Amino acid sequence: MGPQEHRHDGGHDHDHDHAEIGQAGRPGYYEIMETAIRELLVEKRLIGPDEIRRQIEVLDSRTPALGAKVVARAWVDPEFRRRLLADGRAACEELGISFYDDTRLIVLENTDKVHNLIVCTLCSCYPRPVLGLPPDWYKLKPYRARAVSEPRAVLAEFGTIIPDDVEVRVSDPTAMVRYLVLPKRPEGTENYSEEQLAALVTRDTMIGVVPVTVELRRAAR
Amino acid sequence: MPKNSGRFGASAAGIVRALGEEPIFRPGDRVRVATRSPVGHYRVPLYLRGKTGLVERVIEPPGIDNEEEAYGRNAGAKRHYYRVAFPMRQIWPNYRGSAKDGLRIEIFETWLERI
Repeated sequence: MGPQEHRHDGGHDHDHDHAEIGQAGRPGYYEIMETAIRELLVEKRLIGPDEIRRQIEVLDSRTPALGAKVVARAWVDPEFRRRLLADGRAACEELGISFYDDTRLIVLENTDKVHNLIVCTLCSCYPRPVLGLPPDWYKLKPYRARAVSEPRAVLAEFGTIIPDDVEVRVSDPTAMVRYLVLPKRPEGTENYSEEQLAALVTRDTMIGVVPVTVELRRAAR
Repeated sequence: MPKNSGRFGASAAGIVRALGEEPIFRPGDRVRVATRSPVGHYRVPLYLRGKTGLVERVIEPPGIDNEEEAYGRNAGAKRHYYRVAFPMRQIWPNYRGSAKDGLRIEIFETWLERI
């Protein structure tokens, strides 16, 4: 069943109406270029449709849950933490997280003295093998321009206030290296299991825009 | 150049290493980012060209020149990327934030000058 034939009268529960999911209007310049190049590559037998689909499956299999597992392990296992900070990629590979490209991984540890933040000013470099696809805001120009020039203002908009005696350290990947923030383990989690710890670690904490917290931070009243 | 360096530790007596095998810069070296402005998409961001920083780490292993490769040209022998540290206030004269705040970025050898 194609998208044009999608029906709302049975099969699955929807308690709302929504616009039909489909292609509206003509494809844009870059969409046409992408399709043309993809078709050419397939036609010339440089890659096949299966290889493209497979790579999409590779990317879809990567989610922030993998990064959370790495962080939780580093919190409970000091030897693993040491290896992770020495060679991020090798330590992730130990946990069965493969790197399907030639990138290296540097893991940046947040401490009482340093708060790390990641931004790719050129485009969208991101630790995809361990976090999956980046959020849209990470790829848009306001974040890319501001995180590198006024990181404290950007962090404040995420509700993260960094004291003046703590260094804000921004890492901007440009080529072969990707970065992952190792956030601070929150207080009050001494009795948490590794799985419980991993459940606290969200995507944004590993980009460095927010700390890991046990409870949702609420606006002061 | 010191013999005890890089991924390999000390060289055995009489061993000569290939060009690019040994990093040219060491952690602690002061470097300036070149101010070249080639046409096209280059990986050293404009906001850093001409700025001075401190080499913090040599990225291993060495890699080919991504910029040349991207344009379909011979990317040459492998060379190193360096993780270089810059104080925010040096990059942005009107930076609002702690004097401790800094930036880290990886830069290919051909863009760095020793100072």
